[in-house]
Amino acid sequence: MTRKQKRLSVIAGGLTFLGAATGLTFYALGQKASYFYMPADLTTASVQPGQRIRLGGLVEKGTIQRGQGATVGFSVTDTHKSVKVTYTGILPDLFREEQGVITEGSFGPDGVFVADSVLAKHDERYMPKEVADGLKAKGVWQESKSE
Amino acid sequence: MVETGHFALVLAFALSLVQTIVPLFGARLNNQRLMAVGGPVAVTGFALTALSFVALASAYANSDFSVASVWENSHSLQPMIYKITGTWGNHEGSMLLWVLILTFFGALVAAFGSNLPATLRANVLAVQGAIGAAFFLFILATSNPFIRLNPAPIEGRDLNPVLQDLGLAIHPPLLYLGYVGFSICFSFSVAALIEGRIDASWARWVRPWTLVAWMFLTGGIAMGSYWAYYELGWGGFWFWDPVENASFMPWLAGTALLHSAIVMEKRSALKIWTLLLAILTFSLSLLGTFLVRSGVLTSVHAFATDPARGVFILCILTLFIGGSLALFALRASRLTAGGLFHPISREGALVLNNLFLTTATATVLVGTLYPLALEALTGDKISVGAPFFDLTFGPLMLPLLVLVPFGPLLAWKRGDIIAASQRLMAAFATALAAMLVTGLFIDGASVFAALGIGLAVWLVAGALTDLAVKSGVGSVAPAVMFRRFAGLPRSVFGTALAHLGLGLTLLGIVATLSFGTEKILTMRAGETVELSGHTLRFVGLYPAQGPNYSEDRGRFELIGISGSPVGEISSAKRFYPVRQTTTTESGIKTLGLSQLYISLGDEAKDGSVVVRLWWKPLVTLIWGGGLVMMAGAAMSLMDRRLRVGAPSRRRKQAEAPAVLP
Repeated sequence: MTRKQKRLSVIAGGLTFLGAATGLTFYALGQKASYFYMPADLTTASVQPGQRIRLGGLVEKGTIQRGQGATVGFSVTDTHKSVKVTYTGILPDLFREEQGVITEGSFGPDGVFVADSVLAKHDERYMPKEVADGLKAKGVWQESKSE
Repeated sequence: MVETGHFALVLAFALSLVQTIVPLFGARLNNQRLMAVGGPVAVTGFALTALSFVALASAYANSDFSVASVWENSHSLQPMIYKITGTWGNHEGSMLLWVLILTFFGALVAAFGSNLPATLRANVLAVQGAIGAAFFLFILATSNPFIRLNPAPIEGRDLNPVLQDLGLAIHPPLLYLGYVGFSICFSFSVAALIEGRIDASWARWVRPWTLVAWMFLTGGIAMGSYWAYYELGWGGFWFWDPVENASFMPWLAGTALLHSAIVMEKRSALKIWTLLLAILTFSLSLLGTFLVRSGVLTSVHAFATDPARGVFILCILTLFIGGSLALFALRASRLTAGGLFHPISREGALVLNNLFLTTATATVLVGTLYPLALEALTGDKISVGAPFFDLTFGPLMLPLLVLVPFGPLLAWKRGDIIAASQRLMAAFATALAAMLVTGLFIDGASVFAALGIGLAVWLVAGALTDLAVKSGVGSVAPAVMFRRFAGLPRSVFGTALAHLGLGLTLLGIVATLSFGTEKILTMRAGETVELSGHTLRFVGLYPAQGPNYSEDRGRFELIGISGSPVGEISSAKRFYPVRQTTTTESGIKTLGLSQLYISLGDEAKDGSVVVRLWWKPLVTLIWGGGLVMMAGAAMSLMDRRLRVGAPSRRRKQAEAPAVLP
């Protein structure tokens, strides 16, 4: 191989590598990113059972049920609609009734959302950003509430 | 004292402007007296910033609630250590720490840079001054920590309980030393671009700074990871959270920079690339500061959201990243490209390292910014987590890790891959054995786990092979071998230690993810539970009172083979009344390199408690590996040729510029 051919093959190798990495990145973004929904969005969006999403809203008052063992049931609401959620594990320290929460998981065949992680807001000053934006968009929460 | 600090901060801002303008003009006009202004001004600026920081820290220590920042983030009942660390446990104070470290590095260049060419030194200090000026202005305009309240409140609102931990004393300073340390590399690069010349001695000055910054950033990330692991009570050590990615991207780019600077120093190749990488690394540090400080992301790190701050940092970001890249585009063609080399050589291996690391940085960048961009453009809210990074970052890292042991064994210019492979036979056999043992003899080991353990052992054995080969094991007499071993350059030990640390971290990650076990159950006092061969008895819940919190402490006994308790673990639910917040204090028992981890949940009505238990085999290696990597960097720093002053004495004799445009 001449020097020019060598150089070209190195460049071609590098570009193939970068191309593969780019392709993989976009494939992964399409497949592995999980979308955020509020309960009312679920009537319009088509979410299949088993599809991984994040569901956010407020923990509906009076719905927290501690079943057997460490499984907890509760409903997430945006005041228009609410969705039943079950979760096995330790709830975050800031998990309370009528507080903002984000759950991640997927719908079971029975329409109950099975969460494998539950995040509550990080400190007492704000709601999770997604939940605050969602509630604001639905006109049920004003910025002023957060001071 | 508070007003003194405020005044010192304003003065430091004014001085940073002087530091930017005067040496820059001096270098332009080649006026020695103007250029000489930079040094003393940089040192004075640091002294003033330090004074300002001490003033704020003492306001925190004395619980002076007439200062707004202290009132918002401190409480008179807090233990003294948290009063002091609370100084940077909030937005304003942490930005002050940021500029303190920035001016500290500037002062170091001024103090130890007497052997730099005058114009380069002047330009470096000017760029450093410009970064300082931008951030001083940011602090004074949008995040002033010295604003007073009148009338002064009697009691403060307490520091966020999650931050009331020793981790706050260590993690942010280390992380900032890393982030901001890369500013020196940036300043050197921009100075080289302003001058339009760059030579191998430039790399010799930049490399120690890169090493220092990289060492601290490694420590900062490792410490942050361990802190999140024990404080948040989720038992995880890395969440691919955007805030973590913000610190991980400069680390990846900095690692690439560390390696390309070697090529530049030794072979004066890859000059333009190294320069670009130095700019990109600090740009990613700035981006990290922007993501964390602007309120774009919600996390424990985003202390307060104020749109003005975000816009301001975005302007700083645009100015410095855009400016430096524009300068690069204008001037890079004037810099001469360096030596040629064969693809299979040390240089070739380091180029490959750079290709993988920068591509990996890019995937992390996409994964971090894409959700933000998508939300801004379409309003769709997505989150990108571990599944995304497993699919993109993972496949990029695997081949790189496989190739790591080859690099140091290849010769410069033209290497012999077959000879290197032969030398690595023993390491390969060890790795293969580890893989087979894992796959065949450990219950429930997946193929993935076996490969992972094998890869980790391969890295460790490869690092040891490098040392063994270089001290001549097997080819010379033992006495000669020991003499050679002791006489190896420190940087060889540094490389071996850093690669070994990487292997240890990987071993910890694979072992924890593959062989860790977890149980969630409800327990009553007196009940026992077994987890991976360890028996734990729940003794009961005991209320206790801390200085500024009350807690329910769940006590557990570790039962030995004989049936009697051999150790105690306790995990607590703490309630901080001032902020009305509950936190979970996890209980951790370290057994060898592994840990038992207990997290306490809520108490049910019938008196039983939800308990989550983890067995995390070899988990301490994750952070231990980080410490070994830090030790490697420290070892490299002690290398003769990098010692400050050592290279320059030689250089003074040959003042003729190595490369001119």
